[in-house]
Amino acid sequence: MFKNLMSWIEYRLPFMDKMNLHVMQYPAPKNFNFWYFFGSLAMLVLVNQILTGIWLTMNYVPSAEGAFASVEYIMRDVDYGWLLRYMHSTGASAFFVVVYLHMLRGMMYGSYQKPRELLWIFGMLIFLVLMAEAFMGYLLPWGQMSFWGAQVIIGIFGTIPFIGEDLTLWIRGDYVISGATLNRFFALHVIALPLVLVILVFLHIMALHEVGSNNPDGIEIKKDNDGTVEQTEADKKFTFHQYFTRGGKKVIVDAIPFHPYYTVKDLLGVAGFLLIFAWVIFFFPEGGGYFLEAPNFEPANALKTPAHIAPVWYFTPFYAILRAIPHPFMGAVAMFAAIVALALLPWLDRGKVRSIRYRSGLHTANLINFCISFVALGVLGVLPAEGVYTLLAQIFSFTYFGFFILLWFYSKNEKTKPLPVRLT
Amino acid sequence: MSNAPVDHGRRRFLTIATSVVGGVGAIGAAVPFVASWMPSEKAKQAGAAVSADISKLEPGQLIRVEWRGKPVWIVKRPQAMLDELATHEDKLRDPESEVEQQPAYAQNRHRSKKPEIFVAVGICTHLGCSPTYIINDFAAQVEGVKSGFFCPCHGSKFDMAGRVFQSVPAPKNLQIPPYMFIDDNTIVIGEDEGTV
Repeated sequence: MFKNLMSWIEYRLPFMDKMNLHVMQYPAPKNFNFWYFFGSLAMLVLVNQILTGIWLTMNYVPSAEGAFASVEYIMRDVDYGWLLRYMHSTGASAFFVVVYLHMLRGMMYGSYQKPRELLWIFGMLIFLVLMAEAFMGYLLPWGQMSFWGAQVIIGIFGTIPFIGEDLTLWIRGDYVISGATLNRFFALHVIALPLVLVILVFLHIMALHEVGSNNPDGIEIKKDNDGTVEQTEADKKFTFHQYFTRGGKKVIVDAIPFHPYYTVKDLLGVAGFLLIFAWVIFFFPEGGGYFLEAPNFEPANALKTPAHIAPVWYFTPFYAILRAIPHPFMGAVAMFAAIVALALLPWLDRGKVRSIRYRSGLHTANLINFCISFVALGVLGVLPAEGVYTLLAQIFSFTYFGFFILLWFYSKNEKTKPLPVRLT
Repeated sequence: MSNAPVDHGRRRFLTIATSVVGGVGAIGAAVPFVASWMPSEKAKQAGAAVSADISKLEPGQLIRVEWRGKPVWIVKRPQAMLDELATHEDKLRDPESEVEQQPAYAQNRHRSKKPEIFVAVGICTHLGCSPTYIINDFAAQVEGVKSGFFCPCHGSKFDMAGRVFQSVPAPKNLQIPPYMFIDDNTIVIGEDEGTV
């Protein structure tokens, strides 16, 4: 009876077949390390944001008059409102922690290289939309930092020659940031951008499953079936969806099915993540003033600028680049270029060897340079722009872009180590 | 179904014509969505001119008037402050106010209609923060200058005519809004003789 029903459905909508294709019979390289937690963790945080976000809208009032008070109402009067709000605000920071580590993983193991360029591009689009989503969400509590942070960010668009002034007017819907701005940001934050985000995540995963996951060794696990590839006993143990062998043209080696092997492994990652996440929510929900900034506990006031305006920590590396350039528009261009450079990695890196394990020492040093520059810019973006900080921001902006330029030059004829035939 | 041979030229023409008409329709349909983001009539009305009473303004005092949600400063500058404007022009980015940041009647050393009354939009030309008015204590920011405006966000500095100092992030002098005096005690900000 049940079996009949299942096959009745399967004939009309091949649900089990798709589950097998993407989960139970999806071949994943057997050597994933902890760096591979962050993809599934990003999904977990996305679900957390959507769920807590929906619940927050049930009590939030999207208007210049009511927004600040309604957030305080959620914090004080709504049962567990404080928890939902802290899960959401901490979730935003967690999202960026997880995404930045996920991106670093991709850079270390060359996961952006051919044939995973489109996968990387979808990832970068997710990152861009995520930044827009976080920025608009930060305006909603209508605190001082919400208001003045938005003032600075929208001001960036005002630096565009000729159209800047009108563009900012169009974005704000008023001569200043006002209730009109708040309402449209609310609409984009709760409907438009999450929708785009979910679609992009879907495309990201579809693109991933088409080309297959990369791994710490950076070699393919789907070999051309030219008769020379020998499967071990372990390889023969698992059945993978026939789609992945491309009708016998490919032989899959050193792979394990995503479920149960990586679902169980990811659960460990989830447990570890939730431990830290809960610790922050319960003991440091403001993240020491970095997740929720102190001036944001004061309602927005157009006539009073806070003494020091710093964006939330996840924007600061790019913000530091913006401020490092004395010319406002060129600063904005440099900031945007910092993101575009990342998106262009598949083409800036002309190397054929993917993983840092088999690339030159120069590449390792360069990647460390990138990490140091990124973190240093992040720190400088929080600090006031004066004296030696400005100079340091200029130096680290230079080394940040230097990573990409150097990479382009040495990757063509890089001295790499021999690649293993099979996963190690 | 007819077996007439496919006329590819005709098919291509119809495809292009349909795409063009459909494209124009799509652009037309996008107009209300894009245009609805412009300031509403209500917002435009809120952006109308405001008037302020300056009869009680003491020398050196700064008052803020809200115009279009932005702080507009009105400062009554004593003669000493006006004299000082000539002394540090070599340190300014645009001492002659050549960049159009003011109505024509404010393109002079004191950047105002009446020399003593200074009117400016109190928003830094860098990224829109509101600078702090520092009176008689500005030498810590710029040597030899007694008073001025200092932006806490990114450290931009302006003199008592809203002229920007060199080597700070702000590229332009402070904006001077259109304004006019109705009588000796009343100033209207947002309108001048030219716009009425």
